[in-house]
Amino acid sequence: MSTSVMNHDAHEHEHHDSGSTTLFGFWMYLMTDCILFASVFATYAVLFMNTAGGPAGHDIFELDYVLIETFALLFSSITYGFAMIGANRGNKQVTLLWLAVTFVLGAVFIGMEINEFAHLIHEGFGPQRSAFLTAFFSLVGMHGLHVTAGLIWMVALMLEVKNRGLSPRTVTRVGCLSLFWHFLDVVWICVFTVVYLMGTVQ
Amino acid sequence: MFGKLTLEAFPFHVPIVMGTLSVVAILGLALVIALTKYQKWGYLWREWITSVDHKRLGVMYIILAMVMLLRGFADAIMMRTQLAAATNGAAGYLPPEHYDQIFTAHGVIMIIFMAMPFMIGLMNIVVPLQIGARDVAFPFLNNLSFWLAVSGALLVNISLAVGEFAKTGWVAYPPLSELTFSPDSGVDYYIWALQISGIGTTLTGVNFLVTVLKMRTRGMKLMQMPIFTWTCTWANILIVASFPILTGALAMLTLDRYLDFHFFTNDLGGNAMMYINLFWAWGHPEVYILVLPAFGIFSEIISTFSGKRLFGYTSMVFASGAISVLGFIVWLHHFFTMGSSADVNAFFGVTTMIIAVPTGVKLFNWLFTMYKGRVQFKPPVLWTLGFMVTFTIGGMTGVLLSVPGADYVLHNSLFLIAHFHNTIIGGAVFGYLAGFSYWFPKAMGYKLDEKWGKRAFWFWQIGFYVAFMPLYVLGFLGMNRRVNHTDNPDWNMWLYIACAGAFIIALGVLSQLIQLYVSYRDREKNRDVTGDPWNGHTLEWSTMSPPQFYNFAQEPVVKDIDAFTDMKENGTAYQRPEKYAPIHMPRNTGAGFIMGMLLTACGFGMVWHIWWLVIVTFLATIVTYIKRCYDNDIDYYVQPDEIEKIENEHIAAVQSTLKA
Repeated sequence: MSTSVMNHDAHEHEHHDSGSTTLFGFWMYLMTDCILFASVFATYAVLFMNTAGGPAGHDIFELDYVLIETFALLFSSITYGFAMIGANRGNKQVTLLWLAVTFVLGAVFIGMEINEFAHLIHEGFGPQRSAFLTAFFSLVGMHGLHVTAGLIWMVALMLEVKNRGLSPRTVTRVGCLSLFWHFLDVVWICVFTVVYLMGTVQ
Repeated sequence: MFGKLTLEAFPFHVPIVMGTLSVVAILGLALVIALTKYQKWGYLWREWITSVDHKRLGVMYIILAMVMLLRGFADAIMMRTQLAAATNGAAGYLPPEHYDQIFTAHGVIMIIFMAMPFMIGLMNIVVPLQIGARDVAFPFLNNLSFWLAVSGALLVNISLAVGEFAKTGWVAYPPLSELTFSPDSGVDYYIWALQISGIGTTLTGVNFLVTVLKMRTRGMKLMQMPIFTWTCTWANILIVASFPILTGALAMLTLDRYLDFHFFTNDLGGNAMMYINLFWAWGHPEVYILVLPAFGIFSEIISTFSGKRLFGYTSMVFASGAISVLGFIVWLHHFFTMGSSADVNAFFGVTTMIIAVPTGVKLFNWLFTMYKGRVQFKPPVLWTLGFMVTFTIGGMTGVLLSVPGADYVLHNSLFLIAHFHNTIIGGAVFGYLAGFSYWFPKAMGYKLDEKWGKRAFWFWQIGFYVAFMPLYVLGFLGMNRRVNHTDNPDWNMWLYIACAGAFIIALGVLSQLIQLYVSYRDREKNRDVTGDPWNGHTLEWSTMSPPQFYNFAQEPVVKDIDAFTDMKENGTAYQRPEKYAPIHMPRNTGAGFIMGMLLTACGFGMVWHIWWLVIVTFLATIVTYIKRCYDNDIDYYVQPDEIEKIENEHIAAVQSTLKA
């Protein structure tokens, strides 16, 4: 093998690899995010019984409502999967369509969460009422902030796909947001179980 | 308009602060005039501020660390002189509310804004070169991380001029750090300085982990990475696993202070112990983040200057791994006295003691590396030997403290202060200074002056013992930490000695400044022409000094742990390929700097509750980032003829030196 061929290989390698490096790096970042969530989960576990004379979980949680919210988010993961398939096939219209559906489902989730929070605060059960409510609002709210950030990112990404098409760089980004979105789904399943289900059963 | 910020926030009535500020203002003005006069603004912007080159970022990190070292050291001198002056019931010259800010700032600065940037700076300069990479995995992110670190450092320094810094100690335990007991701006400065720079550190950890996992050169297996790269890798694993916990804990404290939440408050069910646990679940790994790369530096130096292979490379890698894992299950030893049961204390006491085992393995490896070697007593080696003695003492006092029963007596006393300075100065700082003189020629292209280097070492080494050994005694005599003035004749002599020690260290710092000046003055005489001044073992010595901006014209092929020694022995070093291929390089960008400065303003707005500033700067940060993402002109190719020209010059220089 001559030197120039070897160099050519290395060069191609460099290019081909950059997308997977980005995805791996983003996955690594998600693991740090996971530890951040773990810290807040641990804090919730320590504080959830400290109701300070205020309401406990089973007094305020409406499981039916949260279940609808949960399904909006779970379905948004499926629709994001369709967008990802579209992006990998290089189909711009399909990608945009499913990203838009995902956005709507995500927005429904966030809208319902804000409504739940507003309702609780209106009844006097805001985060200032007790350590339990502090931990509840923070854990659920932090997840909500992540979803909101994901929605902003999704808008930016849809504009990018629309204006610039599905270049490899853009597809990598669709892949990163996909990781982020599914990760938030997994975290929500933990939130739903630990906060809502266990809180209601308790 | 300006939130809580009023004219009263400016410390016009504190002469020490106003004096410091006027000196800073004069120096800053001189710098601005010099830059303008020599028309260097454009150069500074194009070549440094916007640079995504890991070597330049490394140099800037170390400059940041040195500036902050001077600031933190000034705090240390003030504390020691205050305690030497305020004996026998005298008040001294620093009133308690000022003294409390000084010890808090000293801790925060030395850990977060001196040691961390120093470590990350060395890692930036060396790690990509050691693994034969052209840059880190995410060069723009690397630039952003640096400016986030600067942003945090700026907020700490702004607190000197506007408002005040925290008076809580560097750990900022609630409930003291809650709004009820610390209503001033100090804790808020603390929160935002740590939060912004901490996010930068997390991103650095991610960046370098991906770099070593994805960008090693051809042939280099994980167990062939140079030992410094390995210890940095363990440190980065600790960073990504622990810094998010700090982010979380600080965010909760923020919510308590800003929105009246009840995570850690005394009332309505808050639990302050939760903060203390979270803080040390980050804080203890943090000290290993600081010291593991230092261990790697000592390993490189002792092997290079003994002219031998490192003894026990594999055991070194696994010992570092063991320290990293154990580092996560010892955090409770920071608060044995805070109400855990005897069984819990015993568990954490035992895990703490176990850490001494892998650390001992390392020490023996260094000793065996020197055994039958031809050790050259250059400054890097002096720092290493000084470390081996000093750190061993610090480690042994650490094992003493790990016995919960003993800790009940020594907890919160000056014995503890002596212990952790013994390990952090004797371990981490000596390591960085050793690495500084070892890699200085690589980064700057000329060697440091040896005479002044040795003087600096001896002043530091002797000064350290004179300053800190008395603190062990004072601890046994019952003196607590964070005391502003004393009234016990038994303590006086030891306090005077400790103060003298601080001034001996000051002579060491002064020697280093002189060393930098002398080395710069004589740079032509000390120039490193070959790029390999110490007959080094690893790939960073196979490039020019300072390295070409693309590091390697061709990806090196690695067959051995000591890759460059292997190449020199087989005659494959400095070989010219038949033909150069174009090199793909990232373009510089101002986005990292702009985001860093916007977040500084955002943090300042948060401290003073200037909400419009917070909203505007935060949105501007996001917009800057999205804009950067839309930028398509982010890379370019270096053409073969340019590479050939640079490489030919280097090879000619090497050959003429080898002949001479």
